[in-house]
Amino acid sequence: MGRIKILWKNLNASGLMWTFVALFLMLLVNLIINPQFFSMQIKDGHLYGSLVDILNNGAPLMIVAVGMTLVIATGGTDLSVGPIIAITGAIATTLIGTQKGITNTPMPLVILISLSVATGFGLWNGLLISRIGVAPIVATLILMVAGRGVAQMITGGRIMRIFYTPYFFFGSQGAWIIPFSLVIVAIVYLLAWIFLRRTAFGLFLEAIGVNANSSRFSGIGAKNVILIAYVISGLCAGIAGILVSSNMQSADGNNAGMYYELDAIASVALGGTALSGGRFSLAGSFLGALMLQSLTTSIYSLGVPPQYVLVVKAIVVLIVSLLQSESFRMTIKTRILSWKGSAS
Amino acid sequence: MNHFLTKFDRKYLPVTITIILFFGAFLAASMKFTGFGTAQVFFNMLIDNSFIIISGVGLTFVLISGNIDLSMGAMIAFISMVAAALTENLHLNPLVAIPLVLVLGTAIGAGMGTIITYFNVPSFIATLAGMFLTRGLCYLISIEAVNIQNPFFLTVSLFQIPMPGNSFISINVIVMVLMVLLGVFLAHFTRFGRNVYAIGGNEQSALLMGLPVKRTKVLVFTFNGFCSAVAGVIYAFYMLSGYGNNANGFELDIISSAVIGGTPLIGGGGYVIGTVFGVLIQGIIQNIIAFDGTLNSWWTRIVIGLLTLFFIVMQRALTRTKRTSG
Repeated sequence: MGRIKILWKNLNASGLMWTFVALFLMLLVNLIINPQFFSMQIKDGHLYGSLVDILNNGAPLMIVAVGMTLVIATGGTDLSVGPIIAITGAIATTLIGTQKGITNTPMPLVILISLSVATGFGLWNGLLISRIGVAPIVATLILMVAGRGVAQMITGGRIMRIFYTPYFFFGSQGAWIIPFSLVIVAIVYLLAWIFLRRTAFGLFLEAIGVNANSSRFSGIGAKNVILIAYVISGLCAGIAGILVSSNMQSADGNNAGMYYELDAIASVALGGTALSGGRFSLAGSFLGALMLQSLTTSIYSLGVPPQYVLVVKAIVVLIVSLLQSESFRMTIKTRILSWKGSAS
Repeated sequence: MNHFLTKFDRKYLPVTITIILFFGAFLAASMKFTGFGTAQVFFNMLIDNSFIIISGVGLTFVLISGNIDLSMGAMIAFISMVAAALTENLHLNPLVAIPLVLVLGTAIGAGMGTIITYFNVPSFIATLAGMFLTRGLCYLISIEAVNIQNPFFLTVSLFQIPMPGNSFISINVIVMVLMVLLGVFLAHFTRFGRNVYAIGGNEQSALLMGLPVKRTKVLVFTFNGFCSAVAGVIYAFYMLSGYGNNANGFELDIISSAVIGGTPLIGGGGYVIGTVFGVLIQGIIQNIIAFDGTLNSWWTRIVIGLLTLFFIVMQRALTRTKRTSG
């Protein structure tokens, strides 16, 4: 009994438990309703199945969630990832051009330029926040409002189709035996993990998130750490932008990356990272993104009308954030205890 | 005297600049474009933005208290959708339906406020959930737009109140003015208003002073829910339909209006009247772009973004000088 209690405590302390439970329950419901849910098959050298779908469609969100985790760890937020996704896609599409089978710019250059622009926007956010001292939510809000305009300006307000097939390699499901997007996700998470946990950078982030002033006094270059967090967030959004435009085979200034900032923040929160900053968990954010995506996919595959997606998402976000809230758990606990007390 | 002036400047400077900027832009546009400088163009700005201003009144209180709300756009869509469904599908009398949806919106606001205050869920997350929820509920009511053909709605919507200069305003503008007056009254002439400023300035100090922090915070979100509900009803009058995709992105317009109007997002300061002019500045940018004809609509967003940036950097500079001098 004692050991179970300790295990319970550890899981609770890591903040990941409720995410795990929710993800597990969701997959269980899927399995009960659709026994084929976990089956995968290889057709023409490609892997197919609901799980592969979830991972492939969730890839951009998982990558954006990495950058968002760093930003939230410092106690900030990045609202501009959605427009950065749209801008990156628009720039890549413009560089490629709209001729069938031909690209106007060599592919590596397309990727390099679009990602540089995305990183540049991250740098802009970071400079505003770390050097001028603008509140993160405001600084990124500016780009969120203006960025949509920039994306629309680049695409001319229309949806630009891409006709250059090699570009579809990044986001389409049947490139290799597993979707190439998953390889990118793995690389991004691996690099992030090395950077955050094998260097002192992760520790600096957490120190700043807990108390920016005291970490400055202990000799951490808070300004530069915050700056780097936003630069990485911009880069991650850029990678997601390439995946999204490659998957959609088009660039849409109006709608590409819509609600990504909200989904990414929700993923990080679901993953147990406190939105006030401090300790963060990359694995948690990955699980959170996976959960949001599998929620969406489950809703579709269970035959529930798509209009329920938002309502269910809202309820899940609400329940998880309530479960993470200590005062909510305490209220429930005292209720149960007082009920038990009155019963005996 | 000099001391009084500097004190006055710092506190009111952002609002003053916003108001001057608005009239300056109006004057400049009137000289550049024929037909711009008429009373009707000004009144149209009020008519077209009445629901944004009403919702902005509530948001100003949320921002002053140091919180944020992301659910306004979805709430406006939801309330107008429910109002449309009640009158059109259930054939309820609008005089019954409108109070019903106002109570509904206020209750949702109170619910979000309770979750934020008593369970320490960040306002960002709670209102995000509220946004998803209300947007989703719209689609549950109907995926397609519900057109309002109720005679009461039509009459109110088309009613024109004549104004000097051969112009008119709609009933929506009257409601908007009343809501702004209510907001100004609450902020500056009641104990509740003073508590909101105190909590936004420093919640811990407010608590130690013995102010009812929790109750005030819930009330702020309740009032914000009420404002969003009124805005939703006004929006139903304006659009004469309910649709889940309506009012998309309004929350951003409203938040940036408040920022342009001089309300800092860290709480503790700001004026309802500033938000009103923040909305009007966005309105005038849209009008200038429409009158110009060569500029595309996305320039609105870019200019608004730059303006927001300008005001934030200015606020930042103001607080810096305050710190060094004090």
